[in-house]
Amino acid sequence: MGLLTNLRDSITRVTDRLFADEEPKRIGIYGPPNAGKTTLANRIARDWTGDAVGPESHIPHETRRARRKENVTIERNGKTVTIDIVDTPGVTTKVDYKEFLDHDMEKDDAVKRSREATEGVAEAMHWLREDVDGVIYVLDSTTDPFTQVNTMLIGIIESQDLPVLIFANKVDLDESDVKRISDAFPQHETVPLSALEGDNMDEVYEKIAEYFG
Amino acid sequence: MPEATTPDDGDAGDGVRLDLISGARMEGLTSMEKIRLILDSVRDGDIVVLEAGLSPEEESKLIEVTMTEISPDDFSGIEIETYPSTHQPNQGLMGRLLGKEEAPKKLTVIGPANQIETLHKDEDLISALVSRR
Repeated sequence: MGLLTNLRDSITRVTDRLFADEEPKRIGIYGPPNAGKTTLANRIARDWTGDAVGPESHIPHETRRARRKENVTIERNGKTVTIDIVDTPGVTTKVDYKEFLDHDMEKDDAVKRSREATEGVAEAMHWLREDVDGVIYVLDSTTDPFTQVNTMLIGIIESQDLPVLIFANKVDLDESDVKRISDAFPQHETVPLSALEGDNMDEVYEKIAEYFG
Repeated sequence: MPEATTPDDGDAGDGVRLDLISGARMEGLTSMEKIRLILDSVRDGDIVVLEAGLSPEEESKLIEVTMTEISPDDFSGIEIETYPSTHQPNQGLMGRLLGKEEAPKKLTVIGPANQIETLHKDEDLISALVSRR
């Protein structure tokens, strides 16, 4: 009798969990430095909540801490999804403070920025292994996507069984080549967009609702 | 229990030392031992070539640990190259729960970021320029 009661309670707990109001899913925005991750995070957050996530810059590693915008509810084609957007620092395997000196930065500031950047990348990797439910992988469509960091990151995401959408950003620029990205990662859907200009955001939101809803 | 160290058999002098590490040697190491083995060599200015590569989780940890060790004017990180995987086995959650994860079999080259530069990479060729310290 006790066994049956326990079994019934277990089944009830599982079904309650399955049909309970879902917690917002944490969607990590990942990609190499300067792909436009923060511009995209700000675009999504502004479109659906009116607020931004963080400052944007052409200098690499402007985002040096993972930043979260909670409870962003996106509605498209009858589908509604509530997500927490996690904007992460651009992932790389090397950070040299001397690169920042080219951006009119004093050495002390450049060293401080590089230290913060390394901490941010380590944090982003940790988030990827432990704390995200899905990934938007942002690539600059004017650059070669076939880099080691991209290959490794996509491999890591796949090994975690996380749903992933690849966003080919900066399609407003003449050098943009979306096909190069879809050819590099044919196993995933590639969505073209310009986060800066707001181009193709309807499809972006449709895909977010479809993949993460 | 294999030691997570490389044999110290002398100074490379003006040359660049290459450590070619077999899959068998890496197999007996824990993830952190592998990462330590790689980073200790790379921080000494050596180039490490792994016969069998790292798993995605180990690659993720390698990036994380590398970031914590970067310091100005001393170590600026790593350059890493593997052949692109032409077949991505999507094993799924059950396969991994049942411990059926396949070991990656991809030759991997890792070196100090300030000494190694990838010149060309495709499915079956990695061409790199290695400079002295």
